[in-house]
Amino acid sequence: MKYIDYYEVLGVPRDASTADIKKAYRKLAHQYHPDVSKETGAEDKFKKIAEAYATLKDPEKRAAYDNLGRHAQGEEFVPPHAWQEHFHESAADFSDVDLADLLAAFAAAQRAERRQRPLRGQDFDVTVPVTLEDVYHGSETEISVALPEYDAQGLLHRVPKTFHVRIPKGAADGQRLRLPGKGGSGLNGGKPGDLYIVIAIRPHKLYRMDGRDLYIDLPLAPWEAALGAPVRVPTPGGEVEMTIPPGTTSERRLRLAGRGLPSADGKHGDLYAVVHIALPARLTDRERELFQQLAKESRFNPRAALQSRTGAAQ
Amino acid sequence: MTIRITESVWQHASQLCSLQDIIDASGLTKEDVLELIDMGIIQPSNLEAEHYSFQIQCVTLARTARRLRDDFDLDASGLTMALRLLGRIDELETELNRLRIRLGGRGARQP
Repeated sequence: MKYIDYYEVLGVPRDASTADIKKAYRKLAHQYHPDVSKETGAEDKFKKIAEAYATLKDPEKRAAYDNLGRHAQGEEFVPPHAWQEHFHESAADFSDVDLADLLAAFAAAQRAERRQRPLRGQDFDVTVPVTLEDVYHGSETEISVALPEYDAQGLLHRVPKTFHVRIPKGAADGQRLRLPGKGGSGLNGGKPGDLYIVIAIRPHKLYRMDGRDLYIDLPLAPWEAALGAPVRVPTPGGEVEMTIPPGTTSERRLRLAGRGLPSADGKHGDLYAVVHIALPARLTDRERELFQQLAKESRFNPRAALQSRTGAAQ
Repeated sequence: MTIRITESVWQHASQLCSLQDIIDASGLTKEDVLELIDMGIIQPSNLEAEHYSFQIQCVTLARTARRLRDDFDLDASGLTMALRLLGRIDELETELNRLRIRLGGRGARQP
């Protein structure tokens, strides 16, 4: 079992009052609570903070924790002999037990009545990152989670499990798969919790997603935009040829109907190619010559609208 | 140990659930959930109080409510306010993201 220095997690001295502990917790919770924080790793950080607070705010649990002695943060340690006796049958293996679960089991054991009441197992959310291609075609993946299971003494062990999950074609970002009864185990005859698998579609290097619709940047040479041209555009279902109409301006969105992501009902979103006029990084002598010739001969004034409003401005 | 999933349910946005489902999945009491409905935070799909049904996303919302209430020690009024503001941030972020996606080029960055 790994030792966690809860006082250090909350940034309080070991003799801190309950009020100071609460204050420190609140401050950190405001900063790291996953529902309000945008910081990376906030969820894991908050888990530690909440665990520390749950132990230190409860005088009984705090006393039990202090009783474990002081160890370095993260140090592997074995609970003192008296503790092992308390959980005599499982004493051989504390390696897959979390410190917080051990303290919770200890506190529950102190209050004998708690042991009688059926407790429903915890629900768990596991986020599964998938690619855009996975949801376009449908795919299969394996998910590994360490789920808590009670032993005969009411002590929770983190048991690693792997689930084989089918990602259906047309799965949406944030969509949830519910696995009834596959969450944490219940206590005293309580029902097991559920496991939820949450789809998170990873950002794609080419496509941006807006629901079922996809957006892709489509660079065009000035002459392609001016004269129109057939161009090849990648889509998740394979490359397609697209006809650029003459006089296409920058930022124009060209729609490829039905080339977006599928939805569960079999319909497809659209793919939008957003036009950007691109120029060669360096012009050849001949290109410069041709542009100069165009500049000389064209009577096109792109700023006509600005000038008509402000009068003489050039 | 690999477990092949036999019994599982993909939840779609169009799926509906009952008041009891929300209570079971969130850990909120019936009174808590009714309060959130009263305050317009959770919106049922129908108006018959005896047989409320909810879109499945309401479960996520109710679970967030339970977390915020417990983790921040919020009373009903504080909780409603926090959820309202979070909902507003969510809307703004969605809109901002949508504009970035449509804009393309250098403006576009997915979160």
